[in-house]
Amino acid sequence: MQNNSVVINDLSLSFGNVKVLEHLDLEINRGEFLVLLGPSGCGKSTLLNCVAGLLDVTDGQIFIEGKNVTWEQPKDRGIGMVFQSYALYPQMTVERNLSFGLRVSGMKKDDIERRVKRASEILQIEPLLKRKPAALSGGQRQRVAIGRALVRDVDVFLFDEPLSNLDAKLRSDLRVEIKRLHQRLKNTMIYVTHDQIEAMTLADRIAIMKDGIIQQLDTPHHIYNKPVNLFVAGFIGSPTMNFLNGTIENGGKAIKVDQDMISVHGYEFGGAVPANGTKVVLGIRPEHIALEDQAKAMPTSAEIEIDLVEPMGSDTLGWTRFGSHSLIFRCASEVELMPGKKMLIGFDTARGSIFDEATGSRL
Amino acid sequence: MTDTVAASSTLPDRAGTTASPRGPKPKPWFTTPRVIMYSILTVACLFYLFPLYVMITTSLKPMPEIRFGSIFALPIEPSFDAWVKAWTGACTGLRCEGLSPGFWNSVKITIPSVIASILIASVNGYALVNWKFRGSEIFFTVLIFGSFIPYQVLLYPLVMLTSQMKIFGSLWAIILIHTIFGMPILTLLFRNYFASLPEELFKAARVDGAGFWRIYFEVMLPMSLPIFVVALILQITGIWNDFLFGVVFAGFQNNPMTVQLNNIVNSAQGSPEYNVNMAATILTGLVPLIVYFVSGPLFVRGVAAGAVKG
Repeated sequence: MQNNSVVINDLSLSFGNVKVLEHLDLEINRGEFLVLLGPSGCGKSTLLNCVAGLLDVTDGQIFIEGKNVTWEQPKDRGIGMVFQSYALYPQMTVERNLSFGLRVSGMKKDDIERRVKRASEILQIEPLLKRKPAALSGGQRQRVAIGRALVRDVDVFLFDEPLSNLDAKLRSDLRVEIKRLHQRLKNTMIYVTHDQIEAMTLADRIAIMKDGIIQQLDTPHHIYNKPVNLFVAGFIGSPTMNFLNGTIENGGKAIKVDQDMISVHGYEFGGAVPANGTKVVLGIRPEHIALEDQAKAMPTSAEIEIDLVEPMGSDTLGWTRFGSHSLIFRCASEVELMPGKKMLIGFDTARGSIFDEATGSRL
Repeated sequence: MTDTVAASSTLPDRAGTTASPRGPKPKPWFTTPRVIMYSILTVACLFYLFPLYVMITTSLKPMPEIRFGSIFALPIEPSFDAWVKAWTGACTGLRCEGLSPGFWNSVKITIPSVIASILIASVNGYALVNWKFRGSEIFFTVLIFGSFIPYQVLLYPLVMLTSQMKIFGSLWAIILIHTIFGMPILTLLFRNYFASLPEELFKAARVDGAGFWRIYFEVMLPMSLPIFVVALILQITGIWNDFLFGVVFAGFQNNPMTVQLNNIVNSAQGSPEYNVNMAATILTGLVPLIVYFVSGPLFVRGVAAGAVKG
């Protein structure tokens, strides 16, 4: 219990007959930045609301800082929460917004002032203190919302998609600020998002959720490179991983995709090497596909014809076909791609992922 | 080169010398739809304003002028005698005190009923949205169903109830009745408005540690002025214009203005004094009329605010 800040033990929650969370376990270390990532409806926000105490759980326990808070009111849990819509009280000035929680708890005036001052310094919102939320920009509003959690001096910060209402530029700016804030405060933070970039950049660990179940809980690096199943592999990464259906041949040394044999040399199977004839899905990230000269050096290479080109500025995406499968690769923007052009591509299966087609899990 | 440009009429006319379309498209004022629209509006306007005109002119005429002149004619010797009589001297049955006691009765009935019904209904609506309890949906459905029951059905049971409570025929009875009958529509109104406010605001206040009343007074109320204005108008006009409950529950000494107006107009003694009747009617309708005029813009904003998510 010593090193754990938040412990979720066998948590279940259902609305009537709809089971949103089922027997969920999660341990979050003190000072950790944990991101709950998943498509909408996967239960990530519900989980956060349970931790906050805004939803009554159907079964299970929640511990925060070693204390069982399952039946506690939100205010007694030592949490601060930041919402997607900012949820600032529209009739109060920024200062009153920040101090509302402290006033409710009956704190002394000078203590309140001191804390509001500190929070507004950290977030650089001092010039805005006398304004109403309506007179603030989106980024400023979200900063005030973070400040409202900050003044309460809580152990755990909960973020519910805090950046989803902002435009792209502001989003990346505030993302960096949140990371900086975490480095400075070293609080435990739980952050819900459906944006994989936010998850990858911010998280110490990511919990990828689907249908109320945590699919994989790991560092961003591990989740990106060693996804445990097809869902995680397809969810993380943009553009998505290429999936090639095939069967295991040669006693686990190759995969037959259509007529081509692809060597599996160097790939580390998680368990026993699958038997010949096992139907598998080979996953290759678009950025792991090499072109022309570099492709020759790869264990597997093939000549393909380019169908479509998407220049992204920093790099370029090429769409092509490999046997009966469509394939996307990413290359430097200097490479000249043209629809109809014939090229050599190559990849190394050792960097890819192999999944069991039937179960979807990594082999 | 220049010649070819000039020859081609589809190219932009840089000098702007010709009448080719440029800038905003002109909008002519006299279009058929607009003429039709304004004609209909004018007719509708006249239709509603004409009775008002007759009422006002008649109330300013002395009786002989009414008897012998056309009802559309302007008063030859306008006087406010009829108004004064309607207010202070018109007879209702045996008493000749005019409408003024009825006015004050109506004030005494309306103000507490409006305040009580709005306060209770707003808390109801807030609780139904944000503090859902077991069976709150059923409770709400039953409450809404209440607004479909005709008043007459409930009249006799309510008379029994209030007389059991020993308040029948008093101000308390009529205030209680108005408060109860305001509940369904007002609760619906407030519930829908509060439901349109972002839920996260309520959650944020909970995380901040605020309880039921604190959130109601410090977060919800300040955001709800428009809907309170709507409720205020609905209740003031509704209760002020009420006749049925007033005549049944208030008791003779507390008869509201509407009941007194009826007594004056229907009093059988002597020949009917049209000018006094007209003046009394306008006086009775004046309060809702003023409420509409003063708060009309706010009313529209309030109704619209419920529809658009804030």
